[in-house]
Amino acid sequence: MALTAPLVVEFPFTRSLGPVQSAFLTGLRERTVLGVRTADGRVLVPPAEYDPGTAEELRDLVEVGSTGTVTTWSWEPDPRPKRPLRTPFAWVLVRLDGADTALLHALDAPGPEAVHTGMRVRIRWAAERTGAITDIACFEPYGGEERRAHVTPHSGQFADPVTVLTTPARLDYTYTPGRAQSRHLDALARHRITGERCPACRKVYVPPRGVCPTCGVATAEEVDVGPRGTVTTFCVVNIKARHLDIDVPYVYAHIALDGADLALHGRIAGIPCEQVRMGLRVEPVWTGDGRHPDHYRPTGEPDAAYDTYKGLL
Amino acid sequence: MTGHLRATLRDIAVVAFAQSVAPDPGLSETEMLLPVLTDVLAQAGLAPGEADFTCSGSSDYLAGRPFSFTMTLDGVGAWPPVAESHVEADGAWALYEAWVKLLTGDADTALVYACGKPTAGDLEDVLTRQLDPCCTAPLWPGPAALAGLQAQALADAGGTVPPGPGSTVVDGAAAVVLAAGDRARAMCARPAWIHGIDHRIEPHALGVRDLTRSPSTRLAAERAGAFEAPVDTAELHASHPAQEVILRRELRLTDDVVVTPSGGAPAADPVMATGLIRIGEAADRIRRGESDRALAHATSGPCLQHNLVAVLEGERRP
Ligand SMILES: [Zn+2]
Repeated sequence: MALTAPLVVEFPFTRSLGPVQSAFLTGLRERTVLGVRTADGRVLVPPAEYDPGTAEELRDLVEVGSTGTVTTWSWEPDPRPKRPLRTPFAWVLVRLDGADTALLHALDAPGPEAVHTGMRVRIRWAAERTGAITDIACFEPYGGEERRAHVTPHSGQFADPVTVLTTPARLDYTYTPGRAQSRHLDALARHRITGERCPACRKVYVPPRGVCPTCGVATAEEVDVGPRGTVTTFCVVNIKARHLDIDVPYVYAHIALDGADLALHGRIAGIPCEQVRMGLRVEPVWTGDGRHPDHYRPTGEPDAAYDTYKGLL
Repeated sequence: MTGHLRATLRDIAVVAFAQSVAPDPGLSETEMLLPVLTDVLAQAGLAPGEADFTCSGSSDYLAGRPFSFTMTLDGVGAWPPVAESHVEADGAWALYEAWVKLLTGDADTALVYACGKPTAGDLEDVLTRQLDPCCTAPLWPGPAALAGLQAQALADAGGTVPPGPGSTVVDGAAAVVLAAGDRARAMCARPAWIHGIDHRIEPHALGVRDLTRSPSTRLAAERAGAFEAPVDTAELHASHPAQEVILRRELRLTDDVVVTPSGGAPAADPVMATGLIRIGEAADRIRRGESDRALAHATSGPCLQHNLVAVLEGERRP
C-alpha cells in the first residue's frame, strides 16, 4: 500500500528591485502609477528596465493615469484566498490612459456578462499600501472617456522608497515516497528494518529506492537487515537545529546495518560523545509510537574490524 | 543559425521513443520513469549507462521536491558516474541540449528523458511561480485564466476559437534516444533525422505582447528549416484550443497537414514531458513510415511564451 503525506513548501521571494521597479512599486504606495518611455516614444506600464525589442536600458519615467481600457479578459470562477478578490472576478489586461502596454490585474464585476474588451475601468486602491502590485486592490468599472496625452515626466523620487520586495509563497503538496519506500516505512512501523536486493549485482539497498543506481534495474526482493550494525563514520553536532528537540552535543553517524550494502544515518546515544568510534557496534532503539528508530545505542559487542566495513564508507 | 548547422556537422536522428501510460499514482518519479527507460534503451539496443550523454528535463516545483532530478538518475545506471545534464524545463529542451552535444562530436548517442508528477501539487498555484515576481506572481493568476486572456484576444481579433478541452494533466514520463550517423542507422530501420531545432522566447510581460500572435514560434520554425519544404505531419503542444489556432497560422500549416495525431495535451499532459512527447510522437510517425517530413513543437510559460520547433525527416524511400 503506497503511503502519502501532506507536504508544505513555504518560502519568501526576496528581491532587490533596482531603480525602475523600486520607483514603480513605491509609486503605487503613493497612489501614483509610473511607466517608462522607450526610445521610440512608447510608454510601458508596468515599466521594464530594458526595452523588450531592443534591449536598450530604460530610465525615462513618466506618470500615467489611474483609469484605463480593458484589452482582453477572462472570467475567474475560483477566487482563492491568494488572489485579489474574495468573489468570482475577471482577470483583465488594462492599458492605462497614457500607456501603450497593458497591466494584468483583477476586475471587480458581478459576472462575465458585465465584462467586455474595450470597457473603461479605474484603479481601486487598497486601504493599506506597502509598495507592491497588490496596492492596487483591483480595477472597477468607470464611466469616463479615455483622456489623451495624460503622461507627465516623473523623477521617480519618493521619500522612503521600497528597495526590496519580499513575496511570501506557500505551496501545498501530497508527497508520495513510492512503492519501495512505502514497503520500507510499513516495515519500520513494525520495528523491522528492510532493504531491497538488486537482481543483477545482488547489492542490498537500505532504505530502498526501488532501483539499483549501478545497474539501472528495479529492485524487488525485500530483505531483512540488522537490526544490529556498525558505525562506519560519524561527527559530533554542536549547533542546535531549529525545530529539532535534541540537546547538543550529539553524535550523528553513518551505520552499516548487518546485511546491508549501503550505510544509513542515525543518532548515537547511550554513550558519551567522545567514546563513539568507527567500528562501534550499535542497535536501534524505538521510543513511543515513532516509525523510525529514535536513536542507536551500543550493543556491548567487540568493535567490528575495519576490513568488514571499509567498502561501505 | 542552429538550423543551418546540420549540413556542416553531422546527421543526428531520433531512434527510439517510449512514454508511460497511466502510471500508478503511488509510484515515485524514479519508479514511474524506470520502465520507460528500460523500454527506450531496449529499442535502441543500449544497456543502462551505455549512452554517451544523458540529459533530463523536469521541475522541482511540480512535486515540491528539491533536486528531484538527482533521484531519477538512479534509473539510468548513473554509478559509476555518467556524463549527464539537466534542464529545469520540459524534456524538449533537454533534447535540444543533447542534440547540440552530439553536433559537437563529443557524443554519438544520448539518452533524453523527462518526468513529472504534477498531480502532487495544485498547478493553479504552482505555475504562478514562473511568472514575473514583481507584478504578476503576487496576484496568483492560474494557467487557465491566462490561457483565457489569449483566447479572448483571439476572439476579439475576429479569430474563431473552437470549443474543446484544455489539457488533461496527468503524471508521466517519456524518453528518447538520439544517435549520430551510422550508429543511428544500425539502431533503427528508419531513423527520424533531425533537420533542425530552434527555440525562441517572447517578453515576459503579458501586456507587452500581441497575444493573438506567436512571433517566437514563427522565428523558431524558420530557423529550424520548417519552411524549406512542406511537412505532412505536425505535433503541436497546445494546452488550449486557441493556442492551436495561433500555432497553425504561425507554422503556416495547410489543411492537408495531419495535426497532432497523438491527441496532444488534451489527451494527456504530463507537464515537463508533454513537449518531449510531441518530438517522440512525430519521430515515431517517421519511423513507422507514416510521415516523411514532420514538425514537432513544444512550449513553456504562459500563453505560448517560449517555443521550440524541431523538423524531422525520414530518408527517401527507393
Ligand atoms: Zn545492481
